[in-house]
Amino acid sequence: MNTTAVEALRLEGITKRFGALTANDAVSLSLNKGEVVALLGENGAGKTTLMNILFGQYAADSGTVHVFGKPLPSGNSRAALDAGVGMVHQHFTLADNLTVQENITLGAEPLLRIRADRQGARQRILDLSEKYHLQVSPDARVGTLTVGERQRVEILKALYRDVRILILDEPTAVLTPQEADDLFATLRLAIADGLSIIFISHKLHEVMAIADRVVVLRHGKVTGGVATKDTDKAALAAMMMGTQAQPPKVAAAMPGAVLLQLDQVCTPDQGSAPGLKSVSLALKAGQIIGLAGVSGNGQAALADVVGGTAKPTAGTLTLNGDDRLDWTPRIAVQSGIARIPEDRHKTGTIADFDLTENAILERYTAPDFSKSGWLNWRAARDFANAIITKYDVRCPGPDTPIRLLSGGNMQKLILGRTLEAAPQVILANQPVRGLDIGAVHYVHSQLLAARARGAAVLLISEDLDEVMALSDVIHVISDGRLSPGFARGELTPAQLGLWMAGQGFEDEMKHAS
Amino acid sequence: MEIVEILFTASFWAAAIRIASPLIFATLGEVICERVGVLNLGIEGIMVAGAFAGWMAVYSGTGLWIGVGVAMVVGMVFGLLHSTLTVPFGLSQHVVGLGVTLLATSSTYYAYRLALPEVTTPPKIDAFQPLEIPFLSDIPMLGEALFSQTPLTYLAFILVGIVSFVLYRTPLGLAVRAAGENPNAVAAQGLSVTAIRMGAVMVGSGFMAVGGAFLTMSAFDSFFFEMVNGRGWICIALVVFGSWRPGKALLGAVLFAAFDALQIRVQQTSFGTLVPYQIFLMVPYILSILALVIMSRRAEVPAALMVPFNKGER
Repeated sequence: MNTTAVEALRLEGITKRFGALTANDAVSLSLNKGEVVALLGENGAGKTTLMNILFGQYAADSGTVHVFGKPLPSGNSRAALDAGVGMVHQHFTLADNLTVQENITLGAEPLLRIRADRQGARQRILDLSEKYHLQVSPDARVGTLTVGERQRVEILKALYRDVRILILDEPTAVLTPQEADDLFATLRLAIADGLSIIFISHKLHEVMAIADRVVVLRHGKVTGGVATKDTDKAALAAMMMGTQAQPPKVAAAMPGAVLLQLDQVCTPDQGSAPGLKSVSLALKAGQIIGLAGVSGNGQAALADVVGGTAKPTAGTLTLNGDDRLDWTPRIAVQSGIARIPEDRHKTGTIADFDLTENAILERYTAPDFSKSGWLNWRAARDFANAIITKYDVRCPGPDTPIRLLSGGNMQKLILGRTLEAAPQVILANQPVRGLDIGAVHYVHSQLLAARARGAAVLLISEDLDEVMALSDVIHVISDGRLSPGFARGELTPAQLGLWMAGQGFEDEMKHAS
Repeated sequence: MEIVEILFTASFWAAAIRIASPLIFATLGEVICERVGVLNLGIEGIMVAGAFAGWMAVYSGTGLWIGVGVAMVVGMVFGLLHSTLTVPFGLSQHVVGLGVTLLATSSTYYAYRLALPEVTTPPKIDAFQPLEIPFLSDIPMLGEALFSQTPLTYLAFILVGIVSFVLYRTPLGLAVRAAGENPNAVAAQGLSVTAIRMGAVMVGSGFMAVGGAFLTMSAFDSFFFEMVNGRGWICIALVVFGSWRPGKALLGAVLFAAFDALQIRVQQTSFGTLVPYQIFLMVPYILSILALVIMSRRAEVPAALMVPFNKGER
């Protein structure tokens, strides 16, 4: 390390407990001016908690924070901002009904000032967005912006306050690869101007690309710190996981009978998202079908049709040869279709319900859990405990509200309740989004185990690597149209990319006509 | 047509503006509360308390404007109670609001009996008198309707302008609106959501009390039970009607008051004698419901309305 470097930030002995859980255990960390430190760790390792303490949103139980040599009072975001610490949260802190400019200037001026200098503020925002390539209109309402644009607003918010240390909490989790590249370009400009950055991420290649140094957290403790030039992805993964991470082995598929058949299914467009255009698809026992495609090309519509939350306007759905048009979510669940929903917070769980309630959410009317209208809580709790043990859900107990769990542990519970019902068909929509490598491998191995048991799996993912690694047959979805199925290894990623961009479909049309 | 003739008399519009004035104060107060994210159902009771407090202060010998100030302070005290329970403690805003209404109403009656134990007819005070604005009050129609009102009515209209300015043009107003849209955004800027919400609820409650005081100090000159008579609930609807905007809420208040003033006058026409008077009493409310249905379609509710904020919870 450069000994002449100015120390921007020093955390010493930070400890934070939530009830019985120790989220941070005597964590120490330092950051030099103009340096990028990546904070790497599994879900629930305590990365976000640590950064929330630095930003003053939580008060630490013990430990000190120094910013440019001066101590920072605990649990005071105002003091953190005044000292030059800014944070871009994973879940954006923007008000949708206010404009970009209003969101950026909020709190930047003394509250009791009679008149806001709106022209000056506007000019400053325009200057900053030009300088750092953060194109966004100051007058746009935040609710109308895309996720990528919202993140630009969040970064502008911090730059507008002249922060000298910027914390980015999983900034790329919500971005397309192109947007992530733009973000990195912006960050490099800011670093050149002397900004110091703490970058939280799961994605090892991003960490390698942007960080000077990596600090690894595991179970709330720092387990390692290394300069990126002295390490590689495999070594980082090992530090993060504690053991060398191995992707699961994929055995040869033995496809059986067709379980679920979609025939020429159409759905109406949903706003800017296209509906399905005459989609036919057969899900066979013991096979994983991967659905690749750029987000918003009809994946949601297909998932809705299979899961029963939307009805096709044309076409048929056949389960085990049985023609079903009165398809509802309940009938789908009762017929052995299990869903891993795309958004575990919105449609997968109920935040304030405990683990037991969430575990039986889809099947509380099944005879296992209720008899003549009475819930059998003992059976429900036993079921929840079984999932917790078998799927290694890290939590204080089955009575914990599920919102207190980290994303990975929440997903493990969903996975558990889905697979324990021994479903015939599994609809896995973005099953590993936002999970760390350990959890990803675990989810994948469970899906492969379900396949081996004879279940049909429909895997919808925006991650091409994931689709290619797991799927026996790959379909590409583009603008609501489904490509023919390609066997494992039949196409290269580049060829799949062409299909994802919508090429090849016209030829198909001609063949059909 | 008699009804059309009524619409062209200055006295009708003067009455409409007068009837609208307490609604304007209280609706403004509710707009402030809801904009910051707190539904204040204490409005009805706070108006009763304000009506009594202002009148009682003047009856005890203070000046009229001091009386208005007393009403404001009493309203703010109830606002403090409401916001303490709903903001830092995060209790149900419906339950707390109704509780505050019951408490404010009954403690007002209690105070009334304590202060005037033997009285059968409530005493009168020297209420605000109409203040004709020079020159402006000479404008035909408009002059009598708008510029020959009591000072409190002028204050109501001025307050609409001030509240609009503060909400949309000052950093404080931005913080208030942001607290009602996404309190996390406010907290992330190092501002205290609790302080902003409590402060806004207190000021809003103060305005509600002044709205009540208008009844005893400007519209009438005495205090009697059942005086507020559901005006607070009307204001809750007017907030929605006005899409949480002070200017539109003013429009709604005047519209409702115009219906009210109209039905009184129509009752006295030849047509009015043919129909039971209860029908006329109903009309403003029915028209309000219809207007509400039409207007509130596109209304944008503050996203964090009725959502308690707990710092440091995940």
